[in-house]
Amino acid sequence: MRLHQYDVVVVGAGGAGLMAALYASKTATTAVISKLYPTRSHTGTAQGGVGAALGNLEEDHPEWHTFDTVKGSDYLGDQDAIEFMCTEAVRAVYELEHMGLPFSRTPDGRIAQRPFGGHTNNITGKPVRRSCYAADRTGHMILQTLYQQCLKNNVTFYDEFQVLDLILVNGVAQGVVAIELATSDIHVFHANAVIIATGGHGRIWKITSNAYALTGDGIAIALRRGIPAEDMEFFQFHPTGIYKLGILITEGVRGEGGVLINGKGERFMEQYAPRVKDLASRDVVSRAMYLEMREGRGIDGKDYLYLDVRPETVNRFAALDGRTRPDGSPYRVTAEELLSKLPDIIDFCRTYLGIDPIQQPMPVQPTAHYAMGGIPTNRFGEVVIDEKNKVLPGLYAAGETACVSVHGANRLGTNSLLDLLVFGKHAGLRAAEYACRSQFQALPKDVADFALEQLDSLRRCKGEGERVSTIAEEMKEVMMEHVGVFRTAEGMQQALTKLRELKERYRNLKLDDCGKVFNTELLNAWEVGNLLDLALVTTASALARKESRGAHAREDYPKRDDKNWLKHTLAWLQEDGEVKLRYKPVVITRYPPKERTY
Amino acid sequence: MEVKVKILRFNPETDKRPHYQIFRVEAEPTDRVLDLLEKIKGYQDGSLAFRRSCAHGICGSDAMRINGVNRLACKTLVKDVGKGTVTVEPLLGLPLIKDLIVDMEPFFEHYESVMPYLINDEPPPLKERLQSPQERERFDDTTKCILCAACTTSCPSFWSNNRYVGPAAIVNAHRFIFDSRDRAAAERLRILSDQFGVYRCHTIFNCTLACPREIQITKAIGEVKKAIATGSLD
Repeated sequence: MRLHQYDVVVVGAGGAGLMAALYASKTATTAVISKLYPTRSHTGTAQGGVGAALGNLEEDHPEWHTFDTVKGSDYLGDQDAIEFMCTEAVRAVYELEHMGLPFSRTPDGRIAQRPFGGHTNNITGKPVRRSCYAADRTGHMILQTLYQQCLKNNVTFYDEFQVLDLILVNGVAQGVVAIELATSDIHVFHANAVIIATGGHGRIWKITSNAYALTGDGIAIALRRGIPAEDMEFFQFHPTGIYKLGILITEGVRGEGGVLINGKGERFMEQYAPRVKDLASRDVVSRAMYLEMREGRGIDGKDYLYLDVRPETVNRFAALDGRTRPDGSPYRVTAEELLSKLPDIIDFCRTYLGIDPIQQPMPVQPTAHYAMGGIPTNRFGEVVIDEKNKVLPGLYAAGETACVSVHGANRLGTNSLLDLLVFGKHAGLRAAEYACRSQFQALPKDVADFALEQLDSLRRCKGEGERVSTIAEEMKEVMMEHVGVFRTAEGMQQALTKLRELKERYRNLKLDDCGKVFNTELLNAWEVGNLLDLALVTTASALARKESRGAHAREDYPKRDDKNWLKHTLAWLQEDGEVKLRYKPVVITRYPPKERTY
Repeated sequence: MEVKVKILRFNPETDKRPHYQIFRVEAEPTDRVLDLLEKIKGYQDGSLAFRRSCAHGICGSDAMRINGVNRLACKTLVKDVGKGTVTVEPLLGLPLIKDLIVDMEPFFEHYESVMPYLINDEPPPLKERLQSPQERERFDDTTKCILCAACTTSCPSFWSNNRYVGPAAIVNAHRFIFDSRDRAAAERLRILSDQFGVYRCHTIFNCTLACPREIQITKAIGEVKKAIATGSLD
């Protein structure tokens, strides 16, 4: 066992983790531990842009961005935190530009912006150009730029280290336990502040845009240490994943004028969101797609639809909508323009579908994409552990793994990158400040035992046992079937029963690899344990919430119920495997809940 | 269809040298080679070691030799690697650790040596620095790099001397040298004019063919060479 000591330790090296590290390292000794090389993190796959009301192309205001985010959240987002994020957004984007991020540019050299779902001019209700982008690889450029800045500022990285446990001493965070992939050596990182930035957990579902690495490790280790998870029932299904593969096709395609088409050749979103149509919020579009497919209007009656961005289609519907450019001229696109704005999307389609989206429509279906829920925090990134928002000293969380809550029941496109920038930065600043005025506490002798027990229980290469892959597969199937876009009490009960069975079977695994060097089988098995815990908490939270709000759509309770359910879920995973639920109020400042239409 | 997958295996804890092992996998023609590896690991031999994450060609984790050519396993479809056996081997030129996993540290050290970050000490404006679409276009291609190492480990000059910074490092230097906002081009050009810099490139074009992002790497290296020779970025 090896011991390290830092003021601040950051777990995860995606956008939130790197942003936190960059800011914490200005005043505190800081280490980043990550199971992947930082540039492999999933932030890199974000495509369409980061939302900020720069107003580079047309009138826009942070207040409009705030209202759109509140409305997009189906009024479950905390309005103080949302206002803070949307106001900070402008500075955050300029800061990225100053760090060197190669944004696409307007003809006069400013940061280019494009429309995105749910972002509107609050006076006309029409889509507004708010998403600041670098072609269709904005996340890639953010991840690269932040990693570059961390190198420039000599941040210390422990790459390919898997976190296993959170160290709490006398109710205060004091570091983490991790395993080095290359050797299986156990490392104890003793730190006065821990920032969890481990990303999402979309791998619970069968069809997902998420990387293999997105197994919710941060939330799982927190749950095992008695910290609740907030609003886990709200998980976003992005409308346009590549059919069967789930690979994301950015909403930017619809921002550039692409439309969704059903099996009868109709642009069906006109029926569901008459004003903004294909640019309604993601939850609204995904539900509309399911309803179309259920009515037999999928392509050839199957479970997919077309996303059509062929120039002739875009131009036909732009003319029908009366869409104009900033100078007032009619909006028209050419193949060349689409190629320059969406090169990666075109490449994905050619590679995985063998089609050219300039000439053929893309087959798409909703794909599990983003966790609105996560480790509860306040707007400074401090983890809060009960209904009264009691702070757990020394523990911070930021990015997708955290729930501030700025996304509420449904996140708007471009707000995830914004979230990780703003709250990554503030978690880093706050953690450094706290760590530098705190004293290290003595670590108990058995500090690594809980982590070691977990691994030892999995490391069985002899006797009878099951492969972990069969358990993971059955979990993904049942979650997709019963805890997906539409939910019922009956289906979720079945899912709970199945998950409990899988957790039982998980105790009897057999591995082929009992070695020490890059034992990825052992670590994959540990990750599946995390997914099972998160699936359980998600399903229990969803079953209890008897209403439909944002991404949580119940067929047995189809209406939003503000009287009983305008509140955040807090879920604790008890040692006996039961999930305990409590609730805390939503922060409402300026925007009382209204009916939500697009 | 059934696919025969021949993998170069090496377990440092038990093997003296690498050896091939053949697996038979049921697959669709549109499956990725990564899907084959996942099926083998999940249902036949859990000890098979490889890196992967995003599975769609963006994170850069799973560069390997597939039928002798450097490619990303997640961006290579079964139907595109021929009807016979698919041969999968680790990248060349970096120390082998286990199965398809090589030591990436030397690669990242070369990357860091070219100062891959914007350097500009002038106080920034309140809003964004202006950059015309033409200035932005100048270095667009090299911003696509995902640091997968497919280029550097396909380069015979790198194989013969691993102190050569390699194509990926030059690509990342190019990204800043030709960025109108950067002020350290001269410093980077000095680093790359070293004996282990750009002149180790003999325009073999392996790197360009290997790049899963279709970056015109040899062209970028040529532009850096020209900038060193002429002292001008035009």
